[in-house]
Amino acid sequence: MTAQDRGPEDSDHSPRDPGLQPERTRLAWRRTTLAATVVAVLAGKSALRGGPGVTTFVVCALCCGLWLGFLGVAHRRIRTLSGAVPPAVFTPRHASAAALCTIALAVCATALVL
Amino acid sequence: MIEFVRNVRLWFAPERIGEEGATPDYRFSLANERTFLAWLRTSLALIGGGFAVDQFLPDLRWAWRVGLALGLLAAGVLCALRAVNHWVRCERAMRRGEDLPVSRFPALLSIGVALVAVAMVVVVLVGWEG
Repeated sequence: MTAQDRGPEDSDHSPRDPGLQPERTRLAWRRTTLAATVVAVLAGKSALRGGPGVTTFVVCALCCGLWLGFLGVAHRRIRTLSGAVPPAVFTPRHASAAALCTIALAVCATALVL
Repeated sequence: MIEFVRNVRLWFAPERIGEEGATPDYRFSLANERTFLAWLRTSLALIGGGFAVDQFLPDLRWAWRVGLALGLLAAGVLCALRAVNHWVRCERAMRRGEDLPVSRFPALLSIGVALVAVAMVVVVLVGWEG
């Protein structure tokens, strides 16, 4: 199959955005998830430094949970963005869920530092 | 302050933002969403920096280490709160067809980060070890 054979009609069902805006937003979500992963790994490393214990376990579990929460929010949004054009609007509830996960990670970090 | 409380109420009531004005072009909304995510990444980077100070400068005196780490973590929390607040304000301004809100937060954040960086350089160079 040559390049000329691939017309717009058999590439996708939905019309493509010429500026690839949904795709860029999707990648922004991916980058943010990656940043959250780095923070979660640092949190795990910090928690495990003091050796095993109840506090270590609780904080580790909490950080993993928050990371999963963030991942869930990002995944839902990424799925919406890969669907129809224009995609559904981003709601304040989604935005606050993502921000609250971030803030809760910072609170865990404070508990680990002190 | 009242304005801030009203914004906070909007965070949790998504249907109320849809009552005002007209829905903007979806590309503008997506650009606003990416700006929100960029601020959230800044916030995550600051939190990661807090962890890094705590873990990779173990020889530092306790007060300095904890002070710097807590400063970075607090900046991260502020940044995340501001990310949502700014996103809501921009979204509402676009719906109403107003100018986008201006803010002195980026300037304050850069001054704060610069101060922490200078403090860190001084502390590491002088080597106030515990």
